[in-house]
Amino acid sequence: MIRVQGLHKRFGLQEVLRGLDLDIATGEIMIVIGRSGGGKSVLLKHLLGLLRPDAGAVLVDGTDITRLRGRALDRVRERYGVVFQGGALFDSMSVFENVAFPLREKSRRSDAEIRGRVEEKLEQVGLGGMGPKNPAEISGGMRKRVAIARALVTEPEIVFFDEPTTGLDPILVNTIHHLIVDLHRKFRFTAVMVSHEIPEIFEIADRVAMLHDGTIVEVGPPEAVRGSAKPVVQQFIRGDIEAVPAEHHR
Amino acid sequence: MFSTPGSDIWPSPLRPIAALGRLSVEMVQGLGQFGRFFLQAAGYTVIPPFKFGRLVDRIHFIGFRSLTIVVLTGAFTGMVLGLQIFLTLSRFGSEAYLGPAVALSLIRELGPVLCAVFVTGLAGSALTAEIGIMKITEQIDALQVMALNPMRYLVVPAIVAGVITFPLLVSVFDVVGILGGYLVGVELLGLSPGTYFGEMKTFVDWSDLMTGYWKALSFGIIVPWVCTYKGFNCGHGAAGVARATTQAVVLSSVLILVWDYFLGSVLR
Repeated sequence: MIRVQGLHKRFGLQEVLRGLDLDIATGEIMIVIGRSGGGKSVLLKHLLGLLRPDAGAVLVDGTDITRLRGRALDRVRERYGVVFQGGALFDSMSVFENVAFPLREKSRRSDAEIRGRVEEKLEQVGLGGMGPKNPAEISGGMRKRVAIARALVTEPEIVFFDEPTTGLDPILVNTIHHLIVDLHRKFRFTAVMVSHEIPEIFEIADRVAMLHDGTIVEVGPPEAVRGSAKPVVQQFIRGDIEAVPAEHHR
Repeated sequence: MFSTPGSDIWPSPLRPIAALGRLSVEMVQGLGQFGRFFLQAAGYTVIPPFKFGRLVDRIHFIGFRSLTIVVLTGAFTGMVLGLQIFLTLSRFGSEAYLGPAVALSLIRELGPVLCAVFVTGLAGSALTAEIGIMKITEQIDALQVMALNPMRYLVVPAIVAGVITFPLLVSVFDVVGILGGYLVGVELLGLSPGTYFGEMKTFVDWSDLMTGYWKALSFGIIVPWVCTYKGFNCGHGAAGVARATTQAVVLSSVLILVWDYFLGSVLR
C-alpha cells in the first residue's frame, strides 16, 4: 500500500503541493487526474523518490521513502516499474536492448533466459519481432508499448504510468488503455497512473483522484467522481476548468 | 533570503547589494555542486560494481573518434611550428636547434593544450549534448527508478576513459607534430635529418615528457568532469542543451588554460 501524507512542495515562490493526502491500495488501478501544470507529475516524482518534499511523507508498505537514500531507496525502487510520458527509451539501444536492460543490470539471469523473457514481453504488448528496431524508427504508439514492456519485464509490484497516452490518437489511446488493463489483470500489479484522458480513464480505473491546487479534492470509484457535487470536479470533467480561477475551489 | 526570487522586498537603494549577494551565494553554491559532483564520481570510480562495457564504449567515444582530428591538427601544428621556428632560428644561424624547439614546444605545452581543446570541441561537446538530451527526455530519471546509478553509467566511465585516452591522444599529437616539423624543416627547408632528431635527443629529457603526461592526465579528468556536469545540469528543452554544450566547451577550454599555467609553474 502507498500512503501519501501531508505532502508539501514549493519551487521558489510557487507552492505546487499543499498538504496532499492520498492512499493507494495494493492491486488497484489508481488514476490521478487534474489540469496540466497542476502538480500531477510532481506528485509522481515524489512517489518515485526523484523529488524530496518540503514536508510530509510517502509511505510504501509503511516505509517512508522520502527519508531513504542510496541502497535503501534502490531496494524500494526495485519493486517499481515506470512508464514515462515520452517513453524515456535509451536511444542508443535497440528495442530489444531497451527491454532487456533492467534484467541485464539487475538480475543474474542467463542470456537465453533474458532473451526468452524479453521476447515474451514484446509479444504481450503486440510488438513481437520488433526487437532489432531502433526506438527512432518506430511510431509514438509503439514507443509507449516498448516503455510498458520495459516497465513490466522485471515483474514489478507497483507500476507508475506518467500520462502514457499523451500525443496519441483516440484509437491508440484506447489500445494502450486496454493493454494496461489486460496486463493488470494478468500480473495484478498496483497501477498508479497520471492522466488527463477524460472520459476514457473512467473505464479502466478502480479509483480516480482529482488533484487541484496542490491537494486531492476528490477521490473514489469512477462513478463517484463522475457524480461528484464539487464544481471543480464537474468543470474539469466537462473540460472548462481553465476558465475558473483557482481561488474558487478552496 | 538571497535565494528567493522576490528581491523586491528590499528598499531600492539596497537592491544592487541584494543582487550582488544573491549572485555570490549562487556562485558559491554552483562551485560546491561542481566539486561534490566530482567527489561523488571519484568515489564511484573505486567502489564496485564497475561498468566495463560502458568504459570501452566511452574510450571509443572520446579516444577513437577523436583520432582523425588529433592526427590532422597535430600534423599542421608541427608544420607551422617547423616553419616559424626555422625562420626565427635562421636569423641567428641556429637552425640546428629546430628539432628540440619543435619537440619541447609540443611535448611540454602545445600537445596537451591543443589536443585537449580539440577533443573538448569534438567529444566533450558531444558528451554534454548526449547527457543533456538524456536528461530532458527523462532517460536519466529512468535509470534512477530502475535502481541504477546514473553517475556510474554516464560520468565515471567518461572520466576514466578521459584518464586513459587523453595521454594516448596527446602522445599521438606530439609524434605526428614532430613528424610535421620534420617534413617542413628537413624535407622542404633542407635541414639534415640527423641534426633534427640528434639535437632532440640531447635537449628533451624525461622531465619534459612527464610534464606533458601530467598535463594530459589532468586534462583527461577536467574535460569529462566539466562536460558531464554541464549535461547533468542542463536547462529545459533544446535551448537548455545548446546552452549547456556551449558552457561546457567554454568552461573546459578556460580551465585547460588556467590549469596549464598552474601546472607549468609547478612542473618547471
